[in-house]
Amino acid sequence: MATITSSASIPAARARISRSERLAPAVFILPAVLVVLFISIFPLILSLFLSLSRLRFQAGGLEVQFVGLDNYRKLLLGNEQKVLFGVLGEPSLFGWAILACVAASLGLVIYRTARRQSVGAIIGRLLASVVLLGLTYLIAATLFAPEGRPGTLVVTMLYVAVGITLQYLIGLGLALLCAQPLPGRRFFRVVFLLPMMITPVGVGYLFRMLADTNKGPLEPLWIALGMQDFAWSNNAWGARVAVMIGDIWQWTPFMFIVLLAAIEAQEVEPVEAAIVDGAGSFDIFRHITLPAILPVSTTLILIRMIEAFKIIDLPNILTNGGPGTATETLTLYAYRIWRALDIGGSAAIAYILLFLVTFIAMLYVRTLRNRLGTT
Amino acid sequence: MNPKKIASLAALSALILAACAAPPAAAPAQPAQPAQPAEQQPAAPGKKFAGVTVNAITFSGPQIAEPMQRRGKEFSEMTGATINVVTVPFADLYQKILNDFATGTNSFDVIVFAPQWMVDYIEPGYLEDLTDRVKADSDLQWDDIGLFFRDFSATYNGRIYTIPLDGDFQMVYYRTDIAKELGLQPPKTWDDYIAFAKAVSEKKLTTDDGKPVYGSCIAKKKAAQSYWMITSVASAFIQSQGTGQGAFFDLETFKPLYNNEAFARALEVYKETTQFGPPDEINLDVGDTRGLWTAGQCALTIDWGDIGTLAIEEGSKAKDKTGAVILPGSKQVLDRKTGKLVDCTPELCPHAIDGVNHAPFAAFGGWSGAINKASKPEVKDAAFAYLSYMNQPAQSNVDVTIGKTGFNPYRVSQFKNLDNWLKAGMSEQAAKDYLGAIEASLNSPNMVLDLRIPQNQYYQGIVLDGAIAKFLAGEQDLAATMKEIEDGWEQKTEELGRDKQLAAYRSTLGVQK
Repeated sequence: MATITSSASIPAARARISRSERLAPAVFILPAVLVVLFISIFPLILSLFLSLSRLRFQAGGLEVQFVGLDNYRKLLLGNEQKVLFGVLGEPSLFGWAILACVAASLGLVIYRTARRQSVGAIIGRLLASVVLLGLTYLIAATLFAPEGRPGTLVVTMLYVAVGITLQYLIGLGLALLCAQPLPGRRFFRVVFLLPMMITPVGVGYLFRMLADTNKGPLEPLWIALGMQDFAWSNNAWGARVAVMIGDIWQWTPFMFIVLLAAIEAQEVEPVEAAIVDGAGSFDIFRHITLPAILPVSTTLILIRMIEAFKIIDLPNILTNGGPGTATETLTLYAYRIWRALDIGGSAAIAYILLFLVTFIAMLYVRTLRNRLGTT
Repeated sequence: MNPKKIASLAALSALILAACAAPPAAAPAQPAQPAQPAEQQPAAPGKKFAGVTVNAITFSGPQIAEPMQRRGKEFSEMTGATINVVTVPFADLYQKILNDFATGTNSFDVIVFAPQWMVDYIEPGYLEDLTDRVKADSDLQWDDIGLFFRDFSATYNGRIYTIPLDGDFQMVYYRTDIAKELGLQPPKTWDDYIAFAKAVSEKKLTTDDGKPVYGSCIAKKKAAQSYWMITSVASAFIQSQGTGQGAFFDLETFKPLYNNEAFARALEVYKETTQFGPPDEINLDVGDTRGLWTAGQCALTIDWGDIGTLAIEEGSKAKDKTGAVILPGSKQVLDRKTGKLVDCTPELCPHAIDGVNHAPFAAFGGWSGAINKASKPEVKDAAFAYLSYMNQPAQSNVDVTIGKTGFNPYRVSQFKNLDNWLKAGMSEQAAKDYLGAIEASLNSPNMVLDLRIPQNQYYQGIVLDGAIAKFLAGEQDLAATMKEIEDGWEQKTEELGRDKQLAAYRSTLGVQK
């Protein structure tokens, strides 16, 4: 009997074990999932609701009034449209040329998609093309139009595009230099990293002092250059360039350190083989180093791009978004009106930024995936 | 916690995320100085408030925070109470206090803030009614406080909610030595102001160390104090019938008064002064213009009372060279029926002096202290005693003569008694000049009250400030600027309710001298 009992309990025990084994991963993962849901998804949904609401402090709490898309209407079509989109003018010849190039490229992509892909993919590409063409037109009609003036949307994109391009190029150059067996390279590695260690607010004040032609530490230099009466902050492009220089100075070290690690981690054999075969430095860089660091580079640019869209500290400290709206970014604009209790409007700007970042990041990843796939 | 509080807490935590859109959260963008306890005094047993801790919040000055900490130490030694002074950047103060109250966190027992914001704190019931406490406290010498500050800075709907610690309105300061050298008179009108600034600018004066002296220095930086400065210029053109007339909205329709010939003229004056200012004037805040003033680099400026005391501080090159006058006026004012700028007549400008309509602007209103209604009774008692101590003449009459406190005179005794001013280093002439200008402003029956309606921060700090910044930067012309202000104000009024806003506006203008 004892044997019978024992043999009968084995399948039951196995069943129990297999059930607990099946449940174990879910049980272990569940707390993390709940935490993620609570700290990320829940506020995201709630903030979406806020962007559709108007909040008012009143006796006993907060009055939340659902206003539908009114906050978005104000931004996209109402009084604040000019702040967001700027003033649109007739694009210059250069502006039209850019627009034509982008339109032609998008047309080609859609044509290729129509020949090879499904209907869903075609619709997706069409939608993405419309948005991209719209953004390009906005850039052409504000940045490359004599009567145009960029709004916070284009200014933000400008900071991202120029900032990341230069940060990557300078970071790569420095990384290539520091990867060489040069004397003092360890010292310079540390020096190049320093800007990243300073808080963005500190960087803002630092650049504010440096750019002060009247009483800053570089005053003698400005005077020697005959620029004592020049105020970079009075000029829209002067102020934007100042913000971009500060941003590039601060974030190039991040590009530098990651790219340096990638360069030093590449395999030595192909490089040595290329040298034996008589390849020059540029050829080695182009055909061996660059492909080797490409995966790291793409990820690096993606991370910086997402981060760069949220730039707020530098323009806020340097110019408070001025002169006029010249240096105001989407995040700074959202922060300013949030401080004045337009919480719904601020949430709506934040969502517009979220859509923009998601769209451009997805576009970047997909384009890159296709490129890497074909190579 | 009741459901409303939970909802408020959840909503506010979510909106912080919303403001950032995607993780990680955007950093606070102003001079990011996280709130931090400044001074902690150990409680002394056996004293009146032994064991009681009072948490106070104000902006990270050092002005305002400095006397609060210094007087807090003295108060602790006398009473045994512990005074913690928490400071945050000015731009974050309004929101920080509101968040604290609305979420029921109640970390602060005392708030020292702009009385202009009080309506947003009183309406939801966050502030303690101090009327009975004030009446019972003879040490306060309440009647010695200027009537204007008792009414505007301290009272709402007939009840007292704050203790004034500072007296704020704007004046014009001029360099007496330069005026003498060039044979110029202190400006009586805005045209005089421009003529003065132009004369100095053309003379190309320099300081002893070879730095240029500018004709006019005005804080025109965006998202700083520029919207107060333009209001100081516009006031004389818009308001002429006395304080009760108001200078922001029509009293019947609540339509903005900022889209007409009068405001257009003010904008022209404001922009014209830029020609005679430092090259980066549109990126200067009051900290910068005050620095230029004490460095001897400005011949004219618009500012609160702070310049008077900063000019006598060690290292100042403007000591005994600083004159002060009531804000310049205008011989033409707004005819509200037609929207036109017309010449002053005795009917139109009943308070004009020599045909010039002056309308001194009580910008900001002066730092004032209030008490959180949700604090514990013993903490409220200690908090009131602390505010009372700072306000009492023995303390405040000294503090208003020290530049770094940021406190400007607000008591009658501070105007009458010159001793403290002379002790502080002011010459008798300079003291008379300075106090005379303040008194002339305070006594004006045509004082312009700052906007004190729900969400005035949006009206002024976002709409007005944003439009002026674009105008100064040349992004838009005069007509577009005025239209933007009118449209923006109208939109916010429609959102909040025209009748409610009008009622609040009328209520604030009920203050008469």
